[in-house]
Amino acid sequence: MKKLFSYLSSYKKESVLGPLFKLLEAGFDLLVPIVMARIIDVGIKNSDSTYIMKMCGVLLLLAAVGFGCSITAQYFAAKASAGFAKKLKQSLFHHINTLSYSEIDELGTSSLITRMTSDMNQLQSAVNLGLRLLLRSPFIVFGAMIMAFTIDVKAALIFVVAIPLLAAVVFGIMLGSIPLYKKVQQKLDKVMLRTRENLTGVRVIRAFGKEEAEKQAFSEENEALVSFQKFAGKISALMNPVTYVIINLAAVLLIYVGGQKADAGLVTQGEVVALYNYMSQILVELIKLANLIITMTKAAACWNRINAVFDMKPSLEYPDTLNKSLPVTPDEAVRFENAGMTYKNASGEALTDITFTVKRGETVGVIGSTGSGKSTLVNLIPRLYDVSSGAVYVNGINVKEYPKDELRKKIGIVLQKAVLFRGSIRDNIRWGNEEATDSEIMAAVNTAQAADVVNGKQGGLDHMIEQGGKNLSGGQRQRLTIARAIVRRPEILILDDSASALDYATDAKLRRAISELEYSPTVFIVSQRTASVMNADKIIVLEDGKISAMGTHEELLKTSEVYSEIYSSQFKKEVG
Amino acid sequence: MAVKAGTMKKILGRVKRYTPLLIISILLAAVYSVLALYIPILAGKAIDCIVGPGNVDLKTAMTFLVQIGVIAGISAFAQWIMTVINNRITYNVVRDLRSDAFAKIELLPLSYLDSRPAGEIVNRVIADADQVADGLLLGFTQLFTGIVTIIGTLIFMLTINVKIALLVIILTPLSLLTAKFIAGRTYSMFKQQSETRAEQTSFTDEMISNLKVVQAYSHVEAAEAQFEDINERLEKCSLKATFFSSLTNPSTRFINNIIYAAVGVTGAFTLISGNAGAFTVGMLSSFLSYANQYTKPFNEISGVITELQNALACAARLFDLIEEAPRTPDKENAYVLSDPKGHVTFEDVKFSYVEGQKLIEDFTLDVRPGSRIAIVGPTGCGKTTLINLIMRFYDVNSGSISVDGHDIRDVTRSSLRSSIGMVLQETWLKSGTIRENITMGNPDATEEEIIEAAKASHSYSFIRRLPKGLDTEIGEDGGNLSQGQKQLLCITRIMLCRPPMLILDEATSSIDTRTEIKIQNAFNKLMEGRTSFIVAHRLSTIREADVILVMKNGNIIEKGNHEELLKQQGFYYELYNSQFAVSN
Repeated sequence: MKKLFSYLSSYKKESVLGPLFKLLEAGFDLLVPIVMARIIDVGIKNSDSTYIMKMCGVLLLLAAVGFGCSITAQYFAAKASAGFAKKLKQSLFHHINTLSYSEIDELGTSSLITRMTSDMNQLQSAVNLGLRLLLRSPFIVFGAMIMAFTIDVKAALIFVVAIPLLAAVVFGIMLGSIPLYKKVQQKLDKVMLRTRENLTGVRVIRAFGKEEAEKQAFSEENEALVSFQKFAGKISALMNPVTYVIINLAAVLLIYVGGQKADAGLVTQGEVVALYNYMSQILVELIKLANLIITMTKAAACWNRINAVFDMKPSLEYPDTLNKSLPVTPDEAVRFENAGMTYKNASGEALTDITFTVKRGETVGVIGSTGSGKSTLVNLIPRLYDVSSGAVYVNGINVKEYPKDELRKKIGIVLQKAVLFRGSIRDNIRWGNEEATDSEIMAAVNTAQAADVVNGKQGGLDHMIEQGGKNLSGGQRQRLTIARAIVRRPEILILDDSASALDYATDAKLRRAISELEYSPTVFIVSQRTASVMNADKIIVLEDGKISAMGTHEELLKTSEVYSEIYSSQFKKEVG
Repeated sequence: MAVKAGTMKKILGRVKRYTPLLIISILLAAVYSVLALYIPILAGKAIDCIVGPGNVDLKTAMTFLVQIGVIAGISAFAQWIMTVINNRITYNVVRDLRSDAFAKIELLPLSYLDSRPAGEIVNRVIADADQVADGLLLGFTQLFTGIVTIIGTLIFMLTINVKIALLVIILTPLSLLTAKFIAGRTYSMFKQQSETRAEQTSFTDEMISNLKVVQAYSHVEAAEAQFEDINERLEKCSLKATFFSSLTNPSTRFINNIIYAAVGVTGAFTLISGNAGAFTVGMLSSFLSYANQYTKPFNEISGVITELQNALACAARLFDLIEEAPRTPDKENAYVLSDPKGHVTFEDVKFSYVEGQKLIEDFTLDVRPGSRIAIVGPTGCGKTTLINLIMRFYDVNSGSISVDGHDIRDVTRSSLRSSIGMVLQETWLKSGTIRENITMGNPDATEEEIIEAAKASHSYSFIRRLPKGLDTEIGEDGGNLSQGQKQLLCITRIMLCRPPMLILDEATSSIDTRTEIKIQNAFNKLMEGRTSFIVAHRLSTIREADVILVMKNGNIIEKGNHEELLKQQGFYYELYNSQFAVSN
């Protein structure tokens, strides 16, 4: 909660003035019944038309001043809430960018985006509404009671009893129906699940002739939903009638007591009318307040969801500068030492006890079945995740000792999912190296076997890519992401199963071109295809997160059963 | 407009079966509104009994007050019952709509379902139906009471004092006009706000979903700067839209306050003018409360109308679904296939998804019982089209497909489909227990049979390790299971019902090659003596097939066995060399 106010703090003036002007307006509203009472008691009784005109002027003045106050309040509230949302969004976006994938994976991307958008919007309107109404409604309720006290103490006591009673009814019914509506939502989720399943699984359901059974099940779930809706509706429908009865009974008492007092000359007829009007004002405000509280409860849930993101501390921390005294070993590109890695909330290790060394300029193949930890292994090199045990060294220095950008500058990684962003092809490739000239870009494009992609598009490098690269095929995207990695002339180039959409011939050409790069990077190739890794200097065979074998293609064929099985499942039949 | 009227008629048609309830609801609405309006008059009369010291007729006042109490009670009760009845009508109508829509989903041809995203149809059944419910409920509860209240107020005011009543009637539209004026002006601001919001969402989406790349290429600061730019623009238009739209309330309230003052002054002058006639202070008090609430039903009705329009648009979408033409029903006296031998013939089959776009043309093939047909081709070549036709998910345009000599259009769909076991590459599991999923095709399977099938398909080892074994609940679409495990369960499902014919979409994508080979052995056993259609990726399967169908761009371009096709040196030859041959 404290944090929430800190985002409002740059709008202190607006956040204070907004409610203040709203209260002023409410104050003027409260004066109206009194003025009307004066018109009745003084003006009408004495047939004093000048007085009536004067009081009428007062009424109009009150209305005008109230209008002015209200508009001012709306402006400040709108300004504070829009500014609040802007600050909060910017800082949330910044925070998300500092998180590592373990945290992002934990929340899920789509959930993060919902928090960033619809939760934010709801929060913004709640702040806007809250600044205007949160103080106003209680103020009117208690103000009306105090005004009643200025008229007559005994009559005011009726307010003292009626207000808590009304509040109890309004909030009681509201709080009572919230869990009911949650249940309704749950039932609705079930109906939705059934509907979606029947659409996504339509072929299977029909293949097994389950249509009638599904209809039956849907009917039951639908009926359960409706009966809950009716029940919840019955309870919440009580609110208006019950408050209505209470207010009217209070008004009856008020007029009765007022009558007795008036008989004794203690109050006037106009004052009785005023008391009656105050009672009506309370009813209106209580209902507004109940609605406001529903909005606020929803907003609080939104705030909690947003706050959960802020509470996530990035698990990776980086030193500001590289300690110069650390020994550098330029010949040794990458070394894993007993590295183990466990994903957050995972039951077992994704990688266990990984140890190997790679010399500068070597090509390393990583192969293994799905889920054996190939991607995890290469993701540890640019420190996209941290090891949970052991260590990873780049040029002899533990990756945890590098400042953030220094390590990443050395490495060009091409991820499994080929991602491009909205913008020109040139913009996208320049992500790898902002200063790259067109000829450098084209050189990288050629190496990545993407020349035909660029040349085949209207505008060449200026061709606009749509969000997510939708206007390119999978293979085209993959080659451009490879070009993006190559253009930064990385010391270490990692291809994480990034040639899967390429045919064998292009894949082979790509590998040849990479091996001919004049700055001879160290290359990691992760693949499911033996063909992609068989020419590597060293092949790491992973099984269940462990290194099952390591060596060259020929060595592994002799020594590794796993490797031979993978190899033969892809090749043997054709050879033999 | 015509569409709207049509939709309205359809909704009313569905409300019709609740006519008695509806009549009671309307009566109650009238009772409740009129009584509620009568209370200020009674309060006014009671106040008139309180003139001043020594001039208070408490006894008469008391009778009015008792009346107020009783009437408030009756009115409140009427209101409650009315709301409960309205709930009942609305929720029942929407329940019926949902059930009809769902039943229609089960009957729609796949051509309809395949051409629309599932989310869109779900949205109609869930969100649109909800919107219809909200609209109807509001319509029933507020539209009618609103109208009764307006008419009632008019009559009451006119009976008290014509002059003041006219004043209120003339001035009130002012506040409505103001509200409308502001809404019209702010529309473009809201549009701009939502456009900028959409821009921000799409940018956030792009950056956050690809955070790995953003971070790996140190692009965070650039992204934040771009975000800030959008954010600043959004702040400005959001401020404008919020502020100008929030002017509505103060403005209408201001106008109401003017009306209030006008009523007060006119009333006061009428009282002191000498020819007040029957006009009293109490009546003035009644008038003041009428003036206070007179605009309320107008605002409510305009709210209801917006809501109703929205509801009608949603209902139209829902009715579109409900009224969509269902697939052609099974023929009367359709033949019931039982344990067919699996002799499948295609005769001059012609088929295309879109009229005018040729796909399968004059396809003829005789599949002997027990033979294996492999379907090969590059991704996206339309291999599933054949599956669609054999399962009769789609009907051929001309020609015929028959099983054991029966045209499949003359056979009941359920008997045709239950004779064919199908494993698709896209796994699908329903939420429920593993057992429910496996026994879909054979609900009476014994525990031993289930375990045997699970062992044969290599799913038993992981099922056993689940917390509740076969009775473990899995969530929507397999929940926490890996893609490979889901695939294994789908295979187990077929292993358990052992139908006379098989359609297998070989899945290499999610199961690692070693497990796959093991499953393949199980498949081989299953396929013995069964006519099988296999979408094949692996050469071994293809070579062992009796007939290979080579597909490209939806067409079957070559047909024959491995050797024959290689000799032809056509597309298959090319495909074979590029996809399967080792490049050294």
